[in-house]
Amino acid sequence: MTSNKPFDVEAVRKDFPILSREVQGKPLVYLDNAATSQKPQSVIDKLVSYYSEINANVHRGVHTLSQEATDEYEGARSKVRKLINAKEDAEIIFTRGTTEGINLVAQTLGVQRVGEGDEVIISNMEHHSNVVPWQVLCDQIGAHLRVVPINDDGELLMDEYEKMITPRTKLVSIVHLSNALGTINPVKDIVAIAHQHGVPVLLDGAQSAPHLTVDVQDLDCDFYAFSGHKLYGPTGIGILYGKREVLESMSVYQTGGEQIKSVTFEKTIYNDLPYKFEAGTPNIAGAIGLGAAVDYINAIGLDRAEAYESELLQYGTEQLQTIEGLKLIGTAQHKSGVLSFLLEGIHPHDIGTVLDTQGIAIRTGHHCTQPLMQRFQIPATARASLAFYNTKAEIDALVEGIHKTFEVFSL
Amino acid sequence: MSDLVDLYQEMVLDHNNRPRNFQKLEDASNTADGYNPLCGDQITVYLKVEDGVIADVGFQGVGCAISKSSASMMTQSVKGKSVEEAEALFHEFHAMVTREPGTEFENSGLGELEVLSGVCAFPNRIKCASLAWHTLTASLNDSQGGHASTE
Repeated sequence: MTSNKPFDVEAVRKDFPILSREVQGKPLVYLDNAATSQKPQSVIDKLVSYYSEINANVHRGVHTLSQEATDEYEGARSKVRKLINAKEDAEIIFTRGTTEGINLVAQTLGVQRVGEGDEVIISNMEHHSNVVPWQVLCDQIGAHLRVVPINDDGELLMDEYEKMITPRTKLVSIVHLSNALGTINPVKDIVAIAHQHGVPVLLDGAQSAPHLTVDVQDLDCDFYAFSGHKLYGPTGIGILYGKREVLESMSVYQTGGEQIKSVTFEKTIYNDLPYKFEAGTPNIAGAIGLGAAVDYINAIGLDRAEAYESELLQYGTEQLQTIEGLKLIGTAQHKSGVLSFLLEGIHPHDIGTVLDTQGIAIRTGHHCTQPLMQRFQIPATARASLAFYNTKAEIDALVEGIHKTFEVFSL
Repeated sequence: MSDLVDLYQEMVLDHNNRPRNFQKLEDASNTADGYNPLCGDQITVYLKVEDGVIADVGFQGVGCAISKSSASMMTQSVKGKSVEEAEALFHEFHAMVTREPGTEFENSGLGELEVLSGVCAFPNRIKCASLAWHTLTASLNDSQGGHASTE
């Protein structure tokens, strides 16, 4: 495909075998992409070929299989580096996922930088995985968590953020794209403001990596953490990007094999980046599968996919707004891929159950953002989240399903 | 679709829209909070137990139609019953909502609660239906204020 052709969603759908299955006798309408994305055949094939042809441990064997596995594993690292435009492969650390990446930073740089009475800044729209690791750190140290408030549209109050930064601020950790609201935060500004005060910034990229073109050098963030499984890759693999100088200044996280240069009972010398942070046999298949996912995204063109998703979001927003009794939660000016909503008088879990009987998969609940639900004084929302393989016809099915839900609940 | 009609029967929707005994009992002898961490449903059950009999019962909270209507029906069905009778009712109710879908169950005194029998076809909603009952049990076991969780 060349970039001047229109985005061919029907061709793309054929690459994802699961999209042709039925659920409850209806064609699957998968609108739970913010939870996890589906996998193209090329990723599935890559996992199979890894295990059936080159399975071996990486970085130590002199034999052919080990060399081939190492080449593929390191090749995947390079692919990810190019995807987010990091300077060098050594800045790409394989993790289990976004959660592990954030915990890693909290328990290394966090412990080193944050002292008693100091402050860590997060926001009101963070996923629990970007709340709890900092809470734990603050409890350990006697530091304080500061929370940037948001407005009713679900946008950060940047003035409040600026005021919040003081000499006590030692770290900022903010989500790029909110999983519950779809808000795209002005992360470049967030980083620039923190850097004026010499404060490093971690960006939670779990939702942005699959949906936005990300350039970590342009953003100038110190860390960018994301997960493979939301990026059309396997579960159990993720990435922590960190600037070399920051990663080098950091103490080790998990220790053991692979992350050492030499060990005696008296002293251990740690390995160079990125291996310093990759203790134990890594998720080799996962990393290679993620590499295949990056290849896939490059083949269809993330910029074109992004433009298509944005068109789909606009269509979905317009369609949902025509429904009487529906309220959108998350109406930021800059949004991507998420339609969180409430139906008057109907609990989100009941919406989810009715839609499931129509073959429509959405997420209902607090989306691991309980403090955000408290901010809006709601227990939960129903959330449809989009990917580039979704269609306008599927949005129409969602709208029909919502009408059906009202019907079931009309007395 | 027929499963859906079974699940959201008219009586379920009626209890959801107009929950019975939806109030705090100021003179409760036993209370407990129940929580379903999976979906955030929260409920508080208030009991007034006199001489081993549930003389009065009330509940408050937020939840889906299944958890709310189940709580409402629970309060109606245990009011005036002995503690032992209420516990027996819970066992029977639990057996009904957790049975293999499509199988019959012996309804020996569940009465109106039978309208929730369709829940068994929706495994991820069974906890919604049983939350109120777990909370009832917790409050019977702890007159100082108990806690129930579906997890």
